[in-house]
Amino acid sequence: MKFEARFSGTGGQGIIRCAVLLAEAALYDGYQAAQSQVYGPESRGGSSQGEVVIKDEAIYYPKVTCPDVLLCLSQEAYNKYAADIVPNGILIIDSDFVQPTGLEGASVNVHALPILETAKTRLNNELSANVVALGAIVGLTHIVSDAAVERALANNFKAKALPGNITAYHAGYELASK
Amino acid sequence: MTSNVRLMQGNEACALGAIKAGASFFGGYPITPSTEIAEYIAREFPRLGRYFMQMEDEIASIGAMIGASMVGHKAFTATSGPGFSLMQELIGYAAVAEVPLVIINVMRFGPSTGLPTMPQSGDIMQARWGTHGDHSIIALSPSSVTEAYYATIRAFNLAEQYRTPVILLMDEKIGHLREGFDISNDPEPEIIDRNREHQGAYVPFAAGESGVPPFIPLGQGERYHFTGLTHGENGFYTADPDKVTAVMQRLCGKIEDHVDEIAEIELVDFDDADVTIIAYGAVARSAHDALLALRKKGVKAGMLRLKTIWPFHTAKVRELCAGKRLVAMPEMNMGQLSMIVRGALGNTPFLPINQANGQLIKPHTIEDAILAELAAMGGAR
Amino acid sequence: MEAVYEKYFRGNLPHIWCPGCGNGIVMSAIARALDKLNYPQDDVLFISGIGCSSRMSGYMDLNTVHTAHGRALAFATGAKVCEPRLHVFVLMGDGDAAAIGGNHFIHACRRNIDMTAIVINNSIYGMTGGQFSPLTPTGKRATTAPYGSIDRAFNLVALAEGAGATYVARGDVFHAVQLTNLIVEAAEHKGFSVVEAVSTCPVSFGRYNDMPEPADMMLWLRDNTVTVQQAAKMSEEELADKIIIGKHYETEAVEYGDEMARLLARAKEAE
Repeated sequence: MKFEARFSGTGGQGIIRCAVLLAEAALYDGYQAAQSQVYGPESRGGSSQGEVVIKDEAIYYPKVTCPDVLLCLSQEAYNKYAADIVPNGILIIDSDFVQPTGLEGASVNVHALPILETAKTRLNNELSANVVALGAIVGLTHIVSDAAVERALANNFKAKALPGNITAYHAGYELASK
Repeated sequence: MTSNVRLMQGNEACALGAIKAGASFFGGYPITPSTEIAEYIAREFPRLGRYFMQMEDEIASIGAMIGASMVGHKAFTATSGPGFSLMQELIGYAAVAEVPLVIINVMRFGPSTGLPTMPQSGDIMQARWGTHGDHSIIALSPSSVTEAYYATIRAFNLAEQYRTPVILLMDEKIGHLREGFDISNDPEPEIIDRNREHQGAYVPFAAGESGVPPFIPLGQGERYHFTGLTHGENGFYTADPDKVTAVMQRLCGKIEDHVDEIAEIELVDFDDADVTIIAYGAVARSAHDALLALRKKGVKAGMLRLKTIWPFHTAKVRELCAGKRLVAMPEMNMGQLSMIVRGALGNTPFLPINQANGQLIKPHTIEDAILAELAAMGGAR
Repeated sequence: MEAVYEKYFRGNLPHIWCPGCGNGIVMSAIARALDKLNYPQDDVLFISGIGCSSRMSGYMDLNTVHTAHGRALAFATGAKVCEPRLHVFVLMGDGDAAAIGGNHFIHACRRNIDMTAIVINNSIYGMTGGQFSPLTPTGKRATTAPYGSIDRAFNLVALAEGAGATYVARGDVFHAVQLTNLIVEAAEHKGFSVVEAVSTCPVSFGRYNDMPEPADMMLWLRDNTVTVQQAAKMSEEELADKIIIGKHYETEAVEYGDEMARLLARAKEAE
């Protein structure tokens, strides 16, 4: 088994945290995982990219080559990374902020989901968009178990912020099942 | 669910390793991509009753480390290329004054400010020859997060054992990589402290057969003198050519004569291989995937991974590679260690694969280069 | 006095200093100060930079470190933080402390670590043969300022005070007793103390500035030094070429080692 995911968006959206959570959950499920990122000099704004490789055997080259799942939360990120996706791969884009152009003839499963909107309006917490996205990814791929994700969330958020993030995760998961 | 595994970053693993090794002084200056180490230590050291100091620059950082080490503390820092350059003069001081230190250099793309967040194995030669004059040095290069932990412990052990600065040359890609970390079933690592045993009156720079003088920290009753001037056994300046020769031979010899113990090499699928890939650091991971891919294509490839960069074990590399059809060396720079490897190999065909573009070399880049070279040499055998 | 020299000097003379050099006077002032302070020699850490004056660490029977040019305070900082029980003296020259080590100097002042910095100011780089330093007065000649230096000089005591040192004094080698007393006072002060010791270099400074004989330089110090008390009553014009000696500034402030100890206690409590 080999699974590669790339998450991209704008700095400050929690993209790398999203990758960290998925990698951690994969470890808890007994997989090998490697998480890395490309980042620019800016902490906020600019493009941000996090990636995860999950395997059931040793991971040597730790970077993603052709992602099975690509998440794009900004148009800039989409324009930069959309072409890398594997045939029949899963492309998750934010339905309000990303126009999936140039996909004519490509065999890609596009899921345009209101990720940022869900975080902002339904959950009243814009910062939880990354966890909503994680829920959508897991909902579409079932790559890790809910229990593993919840353990990863518990390890990454303080007690006060945890319930909100668990809600965000499930909200994302539901978005994917619609 | 697996219970003891944690997701850990390479930089964090170094900090954890330093704590385990007994480091008690950190002097540093913030620099990308090493800052997570300083941040971790700033959080953990005070709780452990150890000292974290953020200094005014990298020169002050290593100066403070030397001062701390002289009074008996295990001192370290974390830096990157530009900061490492600033430290060079005092790395030379620590080498000649024989002060144990550990410098974690999370290597970034250079020269100069370069690409601060991107990798390059750019400091291989700087680690060896960055300071003026002759001396030997120890430099390690981990290829995984878990190895970053153990290599850091080993760096402290070697620094103490050989009274020398030790440099951990870690690729940014390993420093920022997060992967599974579980040492709960590993044997407890050995922790080495500097030797204080001596016979008769303490002569601070008199070494026995090991070539390493015993170290009584300053302020513990033996009043003696440290200097960066070339000095004899008593610690005072000498320009006597015979004494200077003896000092230089001992400074180089105490490390080079122990290359068997210091220089660690890992062999992967090596014995039956007729193509050898020599690699270190993050690139060794790409090389590993490349050799697996080559084997699928019928090319018997293996890897010689250098866990220790300096001292370089020329004799062992030559012996291991003798008779190989091709030795390839992917390196994330314009060709640094490959200069040394080429010299070690003699007549064995050698293919350096250099890439300096801010990206980790991909497995297929290595695979393609080797296949092309084999084709040029007359096809797969 | 013989006994003081015997106690604090290693006896590995001859030293490298020229006839007429003020370094020996500063060294004996330090020895006398140590004798008055009565610190056990084993508990004194004496750290120097690079230059003529910094060879002093090799001559004194203490725990001694001859570091690299400009870096003495950095070494001292690490050592003192790790071993607060040691009495730390840092001996530097003017180029050493104010030029190449200037950054370490201001930051050591800022941190206010309990140690004593003694800056021997002979207005010149002596060991390299007489180049101007940041403490060479404007207009004085040096091998690299053959027409007279156009650089403005630091006022080291003002620099130290401004940077946060909590005891600042200036002495000179003509007034050796006062210099000894200032070093004692500086050492007893809790915090970072600075003593500038204005010194003589007839060979590399005096020779280019109409004071070629050792006695010329001593007379220059005799005739151009005024005490802090005298200076208070003098006009700016009157003070133009004068060297103001005595204690310039003292204040109490949080000492870094104490603050570090409190930090460690606080972090442990938070467990």
